[in-house]
Amino acid sequence: MGLARVAVWDETEASLIIGRHAGREGPLLPVLHDLQMTFGCIPPAAVRLVSEALNLTRAEVHGVVSFYHDFREQPAGRHVLKLCRAEACQSMDGEDLARRILDRFGVDWGDTTPDGRVTVEATYCLGLCACAPSAMLDGEPMARLTPQSIDEIAREVDQ
Amino acid sequence: MSLRVFIPCDAAARAVGADRVATTLGEEARKQGLAIDIVRTGSRGLFWLEPMIEVATEGGRIAFGPIAVKDVLGLLAGQQPFSPAHPLCLGRPENIPFLKRQTRVTFARCGIIDPLSLADYRAHGGFCGLERAKSLGAAATIDEVVKSGLRGRGGAGFPTGIKWKTVADTPADRKYIVCNADEGDSGTYADRMIMEGDPFLLIEGMVIAGFAVGATKGYVYIRSEYPDAVRTMERAIVLAEAEGLLGREAGFDMEVRVGAGAYVCGEETSLLESLEGKRGQVRAKPPLPAHKGLFGKPTVINNLISLATVPAILADGAQRYADLGLGRSRGTMPIQLAGNVKYGGLFEAAFGLTLGEIVEDIGGGTKNGRPVRAVQVGGPLGAYFPRALFNTPFDYEAFAALDGLIGHGGVVVFDDRVDMAHQARFALEFCAIESCGKCTPCRLGSVRGTETMDKIMRGERTEANLALIADLCQTLKFGSLCALGGFTPYPVMSAIKHFPEDFNRPRLHAAAE
Repeated sequence: MGLARVAVWDETEASLIIGRHAGREGPLLPVLHDLQMTFGCIPPAAVRLVSEALNLTRAEVHGVVSFYHDFREQPAGRHVLKLCRAEACQSMDGEDLARRILDRFGVDWGDTTPDGRVTVEATYCLGLCACAPSAMLDGEPMARLTPQSIDEIAREVDQ
Repeated sequence: MSLRVFIPCDAAARAVGADRVATTLGEEARKQGLAIDIVRTGSRGLFWLEPMIEVATEGGRIAFGPIAVKDVLGLLAGQQPFSPAHPLCLGRPENIPFLKRQTRVTFARCGIIDPLSLADYRAHGGFCGLERAKSLGAAATIDEVVKSGLRGRGGAGFPTGIKWKTVADTPADRKYIVCNADEGDSGTYADRMIMEGDPFLLIEGMVIAGFAVGATKGYVYIRSEYPDAVRTMERAIVLAEAEGLLGREAGFDMEVRVGAGAYVCGEETSLLESLEGKRGQVRAKPPLPAHKGLFGKPTVINNLISLATVPAILADGAQRYADLGLGRSRGTMPIQLAGNVKYGGLFEAAFGLTLGEIVEDIGGGTKNGRPVRAVQVGGPLGAYFPRALFNTPFDYEAFAALDGLIGHGGVVVFDDRVDMAHQARFALEFCAIESCGKCTPCRLGSVRGTETMDKIMRGERTEANLALIADLCQTLKFGSLCALGGFTPYPVMSAIKHFPEDFNRPRLHAAAE
């Protein structure tokens, strides 16, 4: 994963991506994941293109994009920090830590910093529950977080 | 001969620095001219000791942990690198009490082998189950699974063999095996550990299932929060295809599909919808997935642990597995200790340990040394248990009798600072965030319930509002199609029942945020 490099919307490239999934059963989720990986989000133009290619209505594709927490209609910041808010992390004071991290970046859940540096999102379990509290930064797992970890996260995000 | 050093590549071990330890160890050894061969394994599941590294010696492996980068130089120093006299030496891993007390059936290889080495997998008993299944034939394979008493490890506890038999008996031109690896319950990580530490085990289990019921295609639906598991599983499938274990010749294909952050897709019918490329909305049953499942075809949809336990059942015989356990809960369960617990990790044991044994003896109480006050068993839809119920044996029926569930085996420990009204509110809020929207009690009731809990926490008409919550929970329980709406009452009502004192004191509204 690592730091996301996002391409600007390009219909030809998007069509190639959709074409790679031709012949697969139930291709919509893999198509959307690939489009988002390339373009950073699923813009309205993608919804139209996908619906035509897969012979679905735009409402059906929009319905899927809006149902799943992972799909974005706008690109995220350069870094994406997911903080676990589920019970195991709660039991290890994860909520206090999360609040401090949000304050440090001056954002609320789901927001991106005004400079586009980082988007902070809530997640409900990363499966690192024996090493709580945990987080994921650009797809890389982090656990046993302490107040000192906030500086470490901020350093990574500043890069 | 170079020294073999084993370092986990499990996501939880990586999250606490295993990669940095591996890199530093490699660099330092090279500087010192010491020949070492680093093998990345899964995790043994002793997470408080991660990163735990192991070194091969003539007398077996010796473990060290938890190892930080700053400890690496010390490990290599002196006359003998990796000296048993090092303060972080744990001795033989098999003799660590947490591991020694376990009965490892499903997790026998996890943390020991290189997850992507088919040679390692075979050398440690891999594919013996498949060979025996082939020699028994399809019908007798299903009989073995029935006789083992294996029940769905996702939590519903439906007998796996009966599910298989239903699919086998349903004629169709195409059938599917679907592995539910959408492990969304907080406090659980067993599926993740298998995918990252022993992926061929799941492949073997799914190939056996396909052979037994006549299915030709298998999907592993993995949640997107598990990128490491997705990577390892995809590589394992490619390696198995290269050896003809999957693909045209084998008569069974496998594919990984990645979820998109919806908790409800762990529910089997909603998972099937998602695989078909739709919103993950729950289907009404009947028809059962075994009759009309993925794309309307007969489908075995099993939890990952159920499928990953089948190879051992076939290899060692159903009786051996059925001999373990208690009552109608046969075999072993990977119990996952999580949250505020001293010895957090995976403990595979026969059913029947009491909750107190699990939390106090095995888990060692809380991590911070404060008294244990509440334990949530079975994920966000599981009940909260007070110490007074610590004598409850860990099995499907005993937990159901107390309006709880064992779910996927997660046990989350809370200390005496926990505010149970806050936890009850969270259960309702989580239901509101994750509801698929199909059933009104779940979609709207969860939101109204959260608001009502806020009033209770502000001390507004407490008694009347608690009665409202109880009424709402009845509606959720009986008016929802799936476990999300149906079981959200468990954490809510158990918190109210066992910790009433937390619902009777006004607090600042800020506490609810």
